[in-house]
Amino acid sequence: MTETSQPNAPKAAPAGGSRATMKKELPERFKSYRHVWVFIEIERGQVHPVSFELLGEGRKLADKLGVELAAVVLGPPGGVEEAVAECFAYGADLAYLIADPLLANYRNEPFSRGLTSLVDTYQPEILLLGATNLGRDLAGSVATTLLTGLTADCTELDVDADASLAATRPTFGGSLLCTIYTLNYRPQMATVRPRVMPMPERQHKPIGRVVTHPLGLVEDDIVTKILGFLPDRDTNKANLAYADIVVAGGLGLGAAENFQLIKALAHALGGDYGCSRPVVQKGWMPAERQIGQTGKTIRPKLYIAAGISGAIQHRVGVEGADLIVAINTDRSAPIFDFAHVGIVADAVRLLPALTDAVTRRFSPHTRDRLAG
Amino acid sequence: MHIVVCIKQVPDSAQIRVHPVTNTIMRQGVPTIVNPYDLFAIEEALRLRDAHGGSVTLVSMGPPNAEDTLRKALAFGADRAVLLTDRYFAGSDTLATSFALASAIHKIGATYGAPDIVFTGKQTIDGDTAQVGPGIAKRLGLLQLTYVSRIVSVDPDAGLIEVERRAEGGIQQLRTRLPCLITMLEGSNAIRRGTMADALKAARAQVVIWTAAEAGIADLTRCGLRGSPTVVKRVFAPGARSDAARMIEPAPTARDSADALIDAIFSAQPALEADIAAAQAAL
Repeated sequence: MTETSQPNAPKAAPAGGSRATMKKELPERFKSYRHVWVFIEIERGQVHPVSFELLGEGRKLADKLGVELAAVVLGPPGGVEEAVAECFAYGADLAYLIADPLLANYRNEPFSRGLTSLVDTYQPEILLLGATNLGRDLAGSVATTLLTGLTADCTELDVDADASLAATRPTFGGSLLCTIYTLNYRPQMATVRPRVMPMPERQHKPIGRVVTHPLGLVEDDIVTKILGFLPDRDTNKANLAYADIVVAGGLGLGAAENFQLIKALAHALGGDYGCSRPVVQKGWMPAERQIGQTGKTIRPKLYIAAGISGAIQHRVGVEGADLIVAINTDRSAPIFDFAHVGIVADAVRLLPALTDAVTRRFSPHTRDRLAG
Repeated sequence: MHIVVCIKQVPDSAQIRVHPVTNTIMRQGVPTIVNPYDLFAIEEALRLRDAHGGSVTLVSMGPPNAEDTLRKALAFGADRAVLLTDRYFAGSDTLATSFALASAIHKIGATYGAPDIVFTGKQTIDGDTAQVGPGIAKRLGLLQLTYVSRIVSVDPDAGLIEVERRAEGGIQQLRTRLPCLITMLEGSNAIRRGTMADALKAARAQVVIWTAAEAGIADLTRCGLRGSPTVVKRVFAPGARSDAARMIEPAPTARDSADALIDAIFSAQPALEADIAAAQAAL
């Protein structure tokens, strides 16, 4: 993003100003910490896509720093080999692997123990995790054990001139952005929500160097026991983040019943639908439909925002869309600052006309010509 | 049972405004509330106390005026409230915050009895990190149960608890030992309306106020800015995209406006139009 060099941005938060000017003095014991690591999240045999997204981001950081990118894989023997191979295909130079039956399902105790032990032994300078329930559960424990800095839910990662990680995230409830550094401690830890970073291209690459490490625990050492797992029946909800077309509504729609118009247009386009945070707070839509920093981050090919003003916390959740279309009655709404196509109009009147226009456009008569 | 609930006073985010020229937060006059996610933790704690006996202690770290927020939270029916307030806490990041709160909970344990369960909300609405709960658990050596959607059973005598926890793609059923730290998922319960007696009691209640020293913190370098490994270097508002939005001129009729907008969309994304057509033809 070029926004980081905005001349009108205030220089620093008053609270951070004094420390930000402090000289960085990395203690001697941290000077050997090198390389970029990505924790690979495996859920019932499948690598969570956020881990590949982070490998793509980690690759850029590692290249800028001139260091290696490592994938950190914890899981049961027989359930991790494919994941390790995939990590190389998505850009890792090497993998650290703890393969132990105790890691078959996520529990905080063995995973935080294993990851902490790897960090202590092999000393990375940057450690990235997905900001999923698992990643947040693990990152908080590991950072506290290591007494290092952790920046949660980053929307942008970069390396500055003196090789420090610059982690940018929304702040003040998503109304501004801030850039955070971890001075004088290593590793520099950060979590990133799924879909915030683009999925990198999968390459045909052979498996490279794999460093295996013991967990050093037996089941009796672990207090928490897993009694069962109830898979979600409704998996449709999870697909909003991965939909190619998303139509969303905001407070500008004026009433809960007007969200039928959002659903109708989404249906006509073969896409999914969502809403902004205030709509959930009003109770017009359920929380799982919320798009933005504290809801879903989306990267669709087409995003239509109807009656959404475009607060920063919403912006960071949709900025990865290929095409952002804004419909708003207020020409000065921030949504027009980052939309690609906009129209100043009342969404409640325009949405049915859009649904109609789409239906006409994709009538069987014309659609076969387009599809052909 | 003794149950401790960590809560935070946060600005009502619905009312935060950014100054249009300076891009700074306009804090003046923004009302403060109990972090909404914490209400689920408070309710769950009260239910466990009602079922098993014992007491509920609320604890918060914040400015002196967080006393009012604690008093409001007491009105739901908690037994006591402790406010940790000291200028040495200013500028705490998640690591320094979890240190201060863990120290206070340790002192609460020494004063009012060791807690069986420490609750936090899932995250706050101002920081949104969800990292302080796990940090407190690690520092106090408590077993950690995050994103708990349901407490299935608690057996204080056997020191066992069974919960359901929100994981990716499903619900994890876990059993662990007390004492533990639970971060409560939103929507897992509905906060009660405190009784009139609770409201009167809360109005008269003395919120216990501790400085860092009173909370038993000897090493002030672990608090506030000095105890925070992370540093906020810049706060800023993102500017407009360098390529300005292509604005479609509204037509006299919604139908013509819609056609113009759809034309603009598919001229920008021609491949998408073929994809949609193919998907619809396949139905």
